[in-house]
Amino acid sequence: MRATTLRNRVSGQFWWAASVVALLLVIAVLVAIFGFVISRGLPALKPSVLFTVTSGTSGGLANAIAGTFLLVICGVVLVTLIGIGTALWMVEFANPSQRRLVRFAIDVLAGVPSIVVGYFLYVALVESLGWGFSLLAGAISLTIIMLPFVVRAADLALSGVPRALRDGAIALGARPATVTFSIAIPWAIPGILTGLLVATGIGLGETAPLIYTAGWSNFMPSLAPTHSPVGYLTYVVWTFISMPFSDSHALAYAAAALLMILIFTLNLVSRTAVDYWVLRTRGG
Amino acid sequence: MDSNLGYAGGAPKARLPLLQRIGTQRVVRFLFGSAATISTLVIVLMLVFLGIYAFPAIRFNGLGILTQSVWNIGDQYGSGHVVRAGITAMQGAQFGGLVFVFGTVVTAFVAMLFAVPLSLLVAVALVYRVPPRLRPLVNAVVELMAGVPSVVYGLWGIVVLVPFIGQRLGPWTTEHLGFLPFLGGPAGSGNGLLASSVLLSLMAMPFMVATIRDVILAQEKSIFEASMALGSTSWQAVTKAVMPSVTNGIFAAVLVALGRALGETMAVLMVCGGAVGIFAQNIFQSVNTIAAVIVSQLESALTDPTGLAQKSLAELALMLFVITLFVNIVARLILHGADRSGEA
Repeated sequence: MRATTLRNRVSGQFWWAASVVALLLVIAVLVAIFGFVISRGLPALKPSVLFTVTSGTSGGLANAIAGTFLLVICGVVLVTLIGIGTALWMVEFANPSQRRLVRFAIDVLAGVPSIVVGYFLYVALVESLGWGFSLLAGAISLTIIMLPFVVRAADLALSGVPRALRDGAIALGARPATVTFSIAIPWAIPGILTGLLVATGIGLGETAPLIYTAGWSNFMPSLAPTHSPVGYLTYVVWTFISMPFSDSHALAYAAAALLMILIFTLNLVSRTAVDYWVLRTRGG
Repeated sequence: MDSNLGYAGGAPKARLPLLQRIGTQRVVRFLFGSAATISTLVIVLMLVFLGIYAFPAIRFNGLGILTQSVWNIGDQYGSGHVVRAGITAMQGAQFGGLVFVFGTVVTAFVAMLFAVPLSLLVAVALVYRVPPRLRPLVNAVVELMAGVPSVVYGLWGIVVLVPFIGQRLGPWTTEHLGFLPFLGGPAGSGNGLLASSVLLSLMAMPFMVATIRDVILAQEKSIFEASMALGSTSWQAVTKAVMPSVTNGIFAAVLVALGRALGETMAVLMVCGGAVGIFAQNIFQSVNTIAAVIVSQLESALTDPTGLAQKSLAELALMLFVITLFVNIVARLILHGADRSGEA
């Protein structure tokens, strides 16, 4: 490379400045979006909104809040079982080529557009199996969306269990299952938990896969797994902002603010609490 | 690493007595193995199910789904039918997806035009210019941005971005810069290509920034330092030495982001303008994407008694699936190649 000329120095300084400006710009846009949602949403988030159900295009969000929680909880339960099971199989049982195959499948699944998952489940579960818009169909769609996040996190966490720890347990006469359940899983729990929290945030914010699986309902969700549509918060944001009434706009802002607060809190918890836990248990 | 076995608690010998009698290992292996097959199974089922379901539409539409731009579910009130390739549809039914394919590709492409250079700049600033003390904070901001739901981007798009484009940017640009390609002609309402692409680029950036930052950090610092020692400026060291060594990682990140932009639904649906049967003539006009049209057209498709409209949407979904699958596989191949060259 040739020695630095004045021109190179000046253009270098220009591009460094441009990169910092780009960074500030991106942060500014995020702050603007966040500020916009919170400033419009918080005034609309009255207690009455939290405890009354939607009626037509006004009323409250109680049904959507309950529905979102119900869908996400069911989805998280399913994804915990499937995701951790998948990761454990990859790390503890699979041979390298099987592991590659499952990793490939997970990468592919992560790239499938969520509306394709939604439409597939609409055709398969809602129509062909005749479940109708329902809690179970919605929860399954969230499970498929969340699965890659959980598997990747759990795979990474379980692969990181120190060899010495496993060898030590085996040398002490532990059975393979004991090594898995008493050594590997406890060690990997913080990483797995972070993955689950990230996935929960994704599930809270999803819309496209739910539209034609969970449907929408103005009423509090029944606990019936099928044949009973469920409302959720992102639906309110999407549809109510396009209506010509200020009541429905207020509900859309309130739902958006609520989602942002929930996701922000989850993010904060996964960053701080999990780090703290790792420090505590591993004596950092 | 201190092997701290203490927290493993009492050895759970008594926890699984029954399982141990019938062979814990085998049962556990079976359970975990079945969990692991689910991801593969879902992908195969998705392809097969959508394929079988869409098959009548594939036969009826033929290549028209890619070459025609008219989407019409047919005359619901007439009694006439058309039969093509042995498939019955309502009179006048035509399912051309060209407008949606065009919109999908163009919105994602324009979004990448914004997002790729910006993400490169931001990632470089993050690695080399943000003081170490501020780094966790900035990283947290980037991560938080990745977690913002797409409907929230869409909400901001509808209320802030679309009026700005429709009332200020669009009219001003078409008037003063209208002689440039894709900038002339009617500015439209603000709902359209530009609004969709801006939202898509905002949504793509956190992932790209984080990934590019990570591949740069994973490269040895020595490349930067060696280049500096050879007398280059710091910017030259970054662009001429560090960046070329991580091109594969950057390409893969861009492709994964592109795949997501192609399939993004809600934000685009909210600001794209929902074009049916018309192509945008400039960056301000209304467009539509495959993902958005699946949501916006399904309700009317359900009124088609022959079911062909619904099946044509499934055909579009299948197409979107195949496109994103292709993009992601290419991304993986590039990354895989990068891994191997890293080992060598």
